[in-house]
Amino acid sequence: MQTPLGDRLYRTVTTVCAAAIPLVLVLLTAVVLHAAWPALSLHARDLAVGTTWDVPHARFGALPATVGTLLSSLIALVIATPLAIGVAIFTVDVGPPRLREPVSFLVNLLAAVPSVVYGLWGVFVLVPLLRSTVMPALLPLGSAISLFRGPAYGPSLIAASLVLAIMILPYIASVSRDVLLAVPSAQREAALALGATRWEVVRDAVLPAARSGLVGGVMLGLGRALGETLAVTMVIGNRHAIPDSLFDPAYTMASLLANEFAEASSDAHLSALMAVAAMLLLITLLVNLLARWLVRRVATGLPGGRWSGGRW
Amino acid sequence: MNARSHRRKRTGRVMTALTWTAAIVAVIPLVIILAHLLVNGLEQLTPTFFTQLPSPPGVRGGGVANAIVGSIMLVAIAMTVAVPVGIGAGLYLAEHRRGRFAQAVRLLADVLSGLPSIVLGIFAWELIVRPSGHFSAWAGGIALGLLVLPLVARATEEMVRLVPVALTEAALALGFSRWRTSLTVVLRTAMPGIVTAMLIAMSRAAGETAPLLFTAFGNPFWSVDPARPIAALPLQIYAYAQSPYDEWRAQAWAGALVLLILVTMISIAARAVVGARTKLLSAVTPRVGRTDE
Amino acid sequence: MNESRATNASAPQVRLGRLSAGFADRSVLRTISVEAPAGRVLAIVGPSGCGKSTVLRCINRLHELDEGAYVNGEVEIGAFSAYAPTTDVVALRRRVGMVFQRPTPFVTLSVFDNVAAGIRAHRRHITQNELEALVETALQRAGLWREVVDRLFGSAMVLSGGQQQRLCIARALAVGPDVLLLDEPTASLDPMGTQRIEELLYDLRDTVTVIMVTHNMQQAARISDVTAFLLNGSLVECAPTRQLFTTPSDARTEAYITGRFG
Repeated sequence: MQTPLGDRLYRTVTTVCAAAIPLVLVLLTAVVLHAAWPALSLHARDLAVGTTWDVPHARFGALPATVGTLLSSLIALVIATPLAIGVAIFTVDVGPPRLREPVSFLVNLLAAVPSVVYGLWGVFVLVPLLRSTVMPALLPLGSAISLFRGPAYGPSLIAASLVLAIMILPYIASVSRDVLLAVPSAQREAALALGATRWEVVRDAVLPAARSGLVGGVMLGLGRALGETLAVTMVIGNRHAIPDSLFDPAYTMASLLANEFAEASSDAHLSALMAVAAMLLLITLLVNLLARWLVRRVATGLPGGRWSGGRW
Repeated sequence: MNARSHRRKRTGRVMTALTWTAAIVAVIPLVIILAHLLVNGLEQLTPTFFTQLPSPPGVRGGGVANAIVGSIMLVAIAMTVAVPVGIGAGLYLAEHRRGRFAQAVRLLADVLSGLPSIVLGIFAWELIVRPSGHFSAWAGGIALGLLVLPLVARATEEMVRLVPVALTEAALALGFSRWRTSLTVVLRTAMPGIVTAMLIAMSRAAGETAPLLFTAFGNPFWSVDPARPIAALPLQIYAYAQSPYDEWRAQAWAGALVLLILVTMISIAARAVVGARTKLLSAVTPRVGRTDE
Repeated sequence: MNESRATNASAPQVRLGRLSAGFADRSVLRTISVEAPAGRVLAIVGPSGCGKSTVLRCINRLHELDEGAYVNGEVEIGAFSAYAPTTDVVALRRRVGMVFQRPTPFVTLSVFDNVAAGIRAHRRHITQNELEALVETALQRAGLWREVVDRLFGSAMVLSGGQQQRLCIARALAVGPDVLLLDEPTASLDPMGTQRIEELLYDLRDTVTVIMVTHNMQQAARISDVTAFLLNGSLVECAPTRQLFTTPSDARTEAYITGRFG
């Protein structure tokens, strides 16, 4: 084959393949928005702040689902983040060297477990456990702390938050580990040379340098939690109402889609679901964009560090 | 001064203990979940589990053969979509480290991989299921393919970047054209890592449920027709888990155990392959003098 | 020692005319004009960072592949101009072989396939017999044949550093270049390996024009016919080797070869 032709062909093919990725993203957004448009133009207010989801009467109040999504994800984040960063610090700076690889491997394995497995465990182990042991123990506090008020049947906001926390912990830990590894060893050595203890090196040299990356990692976890469907659907109770207590059942946007999409009964219903999908898409797009930008700042801002880049 | 250094040491010990706690708490769920899967699912892992179709509730036996075959078919379709485009994109990204378009693609690939997988199912539904009027394996496979496309692309990029520049230059200096260098030297050297990434992509595609809910949809009967609804292992697990029958629930556990074993084996294989290849490649990158003959 | 000789046409003279090169933010070479005599060995010496490697990379047009790189001036190989607009770069690199500082065998290929790689790239229709003959010839010229004859199809990575470097030389010779560029080829080898390579370079006389970068003064003195001394990207002096080392005309050359700097 003539060289210029071969090279040109190669260039074109690889460029087209690379362009496929932004194309998919753009197409995806366009398709969803287009299908959501009827509902967005007719029911925008309802979708945004309405609390009644009543399909036969064309009421599409998606606020409970939206609130449920945000609440379950944020609670999961609060639980998972300190643990995840702790694990990351363990596997990079503090843990005994021989344990670092195995722990890191196990954490990555956790991230690879399919969500239906988590959901299965959640619905058959966690929820019964909550119902039989944890909730009854905390219910008495319900009169004082409204978060613990009953009734408590099991499937609940807290159940979903716990399962989500277990699912996003390995993800945040893994990204945080990469971020910490990207901090150049020169920084650590400088601190050590000044007489810092091992923990002080982490606190004063490593964490500040990694800060924006760690925040980015947490946001990636948030993005994951916002979009998680299966495991949440199986344990959250699927009730179209804003939860008053942790033990109340709730709903998320993704669960709503999972439950109702296949049997959408009318064009209006379908379009409303598409609108919910559009909202979910836009929220996760923004979160992911911001998160990735933050994570990249650590990699490019520090010369001489190691960066292993993408996730598996 | 002594009190201060005592305090510093004590803080250090407390923080170390906390990170140990975090590590243990992080790993415990894996142990617990594995234990439950084994206890509840192991006895269902009989040969009939893998070879028979689902039996009606209350009837003993039955298996998930159609779901396993369906999953294989879906993953095959997904990889047919994701691998050529993903490797092409990965080569492009590896060869354009700083171009603005490449940076945008890299960012968008990462963003795409973080989106809810159910949205990809909706995308495939709108593009394929709605116009054709029925659920199909094509739709499910394509949704899964789009899901793992960014993964294959970024992993290919990283594996290709590991190939030392020296090898590329040696090929160019021999008079290889650019495309020949990329395909016969670079890609070949990076191949084990890329194959590993493909295995990981396959395991990811095999475990996803949400995109299949209204594309492949599931099928209680035997079917290998890509234009019709098709069963899939995670879909089957989901359906069984929601059923009131103990038999089926037990099979849900068994299916989940199969998925976990699959994911674990691929994770171990991935670690091993990438470690070995990195060692081999470091032999070609700068090293301090070596004893000779 | 090597017995076989390739039956090339006589090797060309390589002429660099006012060659300047560098990157967007800094210049590396400043108007270098030097001639490598046909079929002989030109050594390029100088302290680290003076641009020696860049000279080689300009001859086979590898330099321009780096980001922000520029090249001005002329490179002529015999009557052939390397930077003419109509020049086929791939054909150029077939005529000009290159061996790098560290051995760079193709990690996935066997010894045989490494040597054959260049041949296969340039000649699509070659019989197996012809290919084997060319590979054997190249390995003999590189002085490696006897050591690898019974592990031709094993991995190239099990060879020692010196053997791998000679493998890379065989690979470069296999395509039949009439110019060979070597960038500190013995830097990572021990004395024994170094000697072998110096011997094989001597055997290439007349058939190949050799241009070698080295930081080892004694090596330049041993095997080159002409030596060029570079300092900060400029050519300070270029003369027949014996003359440069015994009666250098520039004070800086004298300072360098007597070890006062670099």
